[in-house]
Amino acid sequence: MPINISMTVNGKPVTAEVEPRTLLVSLLRDQLRLTGTHIGCDTAQCGACTIHMNGKAVKCCNMLAAQAQGAEIVTIEGIARADGTLHPMQEAFRDHHGLQCGFCTPGMVMSAIDIAKSHSSLTEEVVRAELDGNMCRCTGYHNIVKAVLAGAQTMRS
Amino acid sequence: MADMNLIGASVKRKEDYRFLTGAGTYTDDVRLDRQSYAYFLRSPHAHARIRGINTDKAKKAPGVLGVFSGQDMAAAKINGLPCGWLITDVDGQPMKEPPHPVLAQGKVRYVGDHVAVVIAESYWQAKDAAESIEVDYQILPAVVDVAAARETHAPAIHDIAPDNTCYVWALGDKSAVDKAFASAHHVTRLEFINNRLIPNAIEPRAAIGNYNRADESYTLYVASQNPHVERLLMCAFVLGLPEHKVRVIAPDVGGGFGSKIYLYAEDVVVTWASKQINRPVKWTAERSESFLSDAHGRDHHTIAELALDKDGKFLALRVHTTASMGAYLSTFASCIPTILYATLLSGQYATPAIYCEVTAVFTNTAPVDAYRGAGRPEATYVVERLVETAAREMKIDPAEIRRRNFITRFPYQTPVALMYDTGDYHNTLEHALKLADVAGYPARKAEAAKRGKLRGLGYSCYIEACGIAPSNVAGSLGARAGLFEAGEVRVHPTGKVSVFTGSHSHGQGHETTFSQVVASRLGIPIEDVEIVHGDTGRVLFGMGTYGSRSLAVGGTAIVKALDKVVEKGKKIAAHLMEAAETDVEFKDGIFKVSGTDKQVPFAQVSLTAYVPHNYPLDRLEPGLNEQAFYDPTNFTFPAGSYVCEVEVDPDTGVTRIASFTAVDDFGNVINPMIVEGQVHGGLVQGIGQALTESCRYDKDSGQLLTGSMLDYCLPRADDVPSFKIGTEVTPCTHNPLGVKGCGEAGAIGAPPAVINAITDALGVREIEMPATAERVWRAVRQAKAA
Repeated sequence: MPINISMTVNGKPVTAEVEPRTLLVSLLRDQLRLTGTHIGCDTAQCGACTIHMNGKAVKCCNMLAAQAQGAEIVTIEGIARADGTLHPMQEAFRDHHGLQCGFCTPGMVMSAIDIAKSHSSLTEEVVRAELDGNMCRCTGYHNIVKAVLAGAQTMRS
Repeated sequence: MADMNLIGASVKRKEDYRFLTGAGTYTDDVRLDRQSYAYFLRSPHAHARIRGINTDKAKKAPGVLGVFSGQDMAAAKINGLPCGWLITDVDGQPMKEPPHPVLAQGKVRYVGDHVAVVIAESYWQAKDAAESIEVDYQILPAVVDVAAARETHAPAIHDIAPDNTCYVWALGDKSAVDKAFASAHHVTRLEFINNRLIPNAIEPRAAIGNYNRADESYTLYVASQNPHVERLLMCAFVLGLPEHKVRVIAPDVGGGFGSKIYLYAEDVVVTWASKQINRPVKWTAERSESFLSDAHGRDHHTIAELALDKDGKFLALRVHTTASMGAYLSTFASCIPTILYATLLSGQYATPAIYCEVTAVFTNTAPVDAYRGAGRPEATYVVERLVETAAREMKIDPAEIRRRNFITRFPYQTPVALMYDTGDYHNTLEHALKLADVAGYPARKAEAAKRGKLRGLGYSCYIEACGIAPSNVAGSLGARAGLFEAGEVRVHPTGKVSVFTGSHSHGQGHETTFSQVVASRLGIPIEDVEIVHGDTGRVLFGMGTYGSRSLAVGGTAIVKALDKVVEKGKKIAAHLMEAAETDVEFKDGIFKVSGTDKQVPFAQVSLTAYVPHNYPLDRLEPGLNEQAFYDPTNFTFPAGSYVCEVEVDPDTGVTRIASFTAVDDFGNVINPMIVEGQVHGGLVQGIGQALTESCRYDKDSGQLLTGSMLDYCLPRADDVPSFKIGTEVTPCTHNPLGVKGCGEAGAIGAPPAVINAITDALGVREIEMPATAERVWRAVRQAKAA
């Protein structure tokens, strides 16, 4: 039996009819066509599907769409300004070459913003530990770490 | 105005905005009208005879549009997947090439082998329906290990190779090597396993086939590193489709590392099936399917010996390797442990005699093919582990033994077929030693010891052959196709430029690097250049991206096309300025008559080329659109020196990379930011091989034991350090950009540096990769007991 759910996605109210087994990532990608959130592993390991739910980074490939009933969801499509100006964390990833193929990037940026918000100050060691749930096969993390430190700095200032 | 200093500048990437805003278009992001979904039923057994398949229930399941098995493929006369490289056995016979059906015919040969496909309105309906397919398997004994595959009573995987041997191949002068060993002062012998790896690009493979009945055409969207090769193989060998009716598009691709070079069964099946059901058919791998069915890498068992004189000069190298092909020959499988491996065994050294014998075997495992480095990491591991071990045994400083043996004169003909064009190995090593502060190492080791930690130092001086390949050489070595590259420069009337390249970017940043080359050569702003790739409908031809070949081969094809544009532009400019063509020079985007103030800008020439009311029509065609093919005259030879320091906790066996220094010579560098990024990524894949990654199959059942990211340990951010990167430049002598390629270096050079450091820290001779905490802990215990 399909179920009806409603939530806020990138500031806009959304209602949808889904199968009970529909994952939140499928709702975002297939029904809402927000394809910036990626599926890399289906097992909550790689973090390519990281979004913000009620202000915290979560992996949406491992939760049901129904679990997001009433929640406030922000995806990678929702963090740049309306005029297209990048969020400081996105800008930092570009400045520091913190992305290559771009597939893990949306999840990385969403995690990075949460990391920046969750710490009053950051070190390389803390960033590396906090990025434990986001895998990148291209960059070797070196420039991602630099980007997160720089982006967090800009977000604070 | 154009920036004339684009070459060597860390230009920020053009492609980043779309990736950072979630606006990239990967294959799974493509949604076609009326698209259906495919699910592949895969073999749960490593080796079994299929006595029957009953798909009746699945065909009647809700939403199902079609169910096909091997029988349907045979009835449709669909051929198997071809192998692109013919290796000739030591006895002159061609390698054993068993059929590689897209859906299993009579037998399955590895866990994950394709048995049937179900196509339905939704992915879940297809997956649910697949559960009701009844397959009657007669389970057969399986063999997954390379050594076991050659044992007398090993189960035969293919009828045409009863001993599971694909080929025995050799390179080098065996008698010269044997003679050198007979008179050697010292011989160092090592036996090792080059651990099998699973590539794990973060984007899983995906494909959408779309047949259009109106014009009998096909479009395949696919996560591929080389769409033209996919099309060629599919049309010419597998499906027999007319090539002009097939368009292959590889849109944004989320990493490849080799695993997306190949023509896979899924690509063929969705293309064919879209005609059968007259709907687009989409398939996206789940990660577990990536583990099971992406081509894997490495998997060598090697015995290697180095002969030295009393001064530590290398006299000869003898190598025997058994390499797994997996259950079938993937697209380039056969050339990896041969042409891309044995030819690199000279390393950076003037070893006078080398002999290598390679036995390629079939096993009940996923096919093995090129994975970042492809043969060269395996060769570097052999050479650099032997060299470091020999130095320790002979009590010569490991850096010094390398200095005594470095090649210093170029061009240098190795005893294993390659001709190195240029390099400066001494300089590169000294740079690395300085950058790594090796002079300060004893103090760091002593300080670590105070904290109860074992600190170790390891080197690796790698070489690789990139820019594959001079086609005549590749052909003589068994390549069934030339490996040149195509480029096209289309100047629009307003002077803006679209460049079409057969190279493919899946993270390498070609849109930026290639634009830098084009903008600087034409003297136009980088914003005025667009790079188009990954679409057989737009790009003339291409052999794709692998083997760090894009800039050296694809970039050179573009440069050749640019040269033609400038040549034609001079003719047009000469006409406009009423000057002799020989008097026209082109610089910084301006055509000038030498020694005068007469000039016309690039955009005026391009406009004239397209809308000619004043044009030498009797002598020159209008338009400014040039194509070029480039066939390299030699391989390129990037080389570098890596220094790794580790700290081992003897109580837990945990190894921490305390520092890692990489100094590379990639020839000229167009964009240092991008090049360093490539090195970082390669290093972490190399460190992953050395410390964490290993593909394991159960030796009895043949089940993949490392089938998820929970079991197969990809390096995470806190497993690796930040890197110290240095650059040396000896420009490549045989391409106009002087570039060599940088994509694989890190993965090639890192593993022996890490293992050399760990064995140094522990004071042991050998430790197997990956040097997990358990293995290191056991080695610490054994070293203490000894």
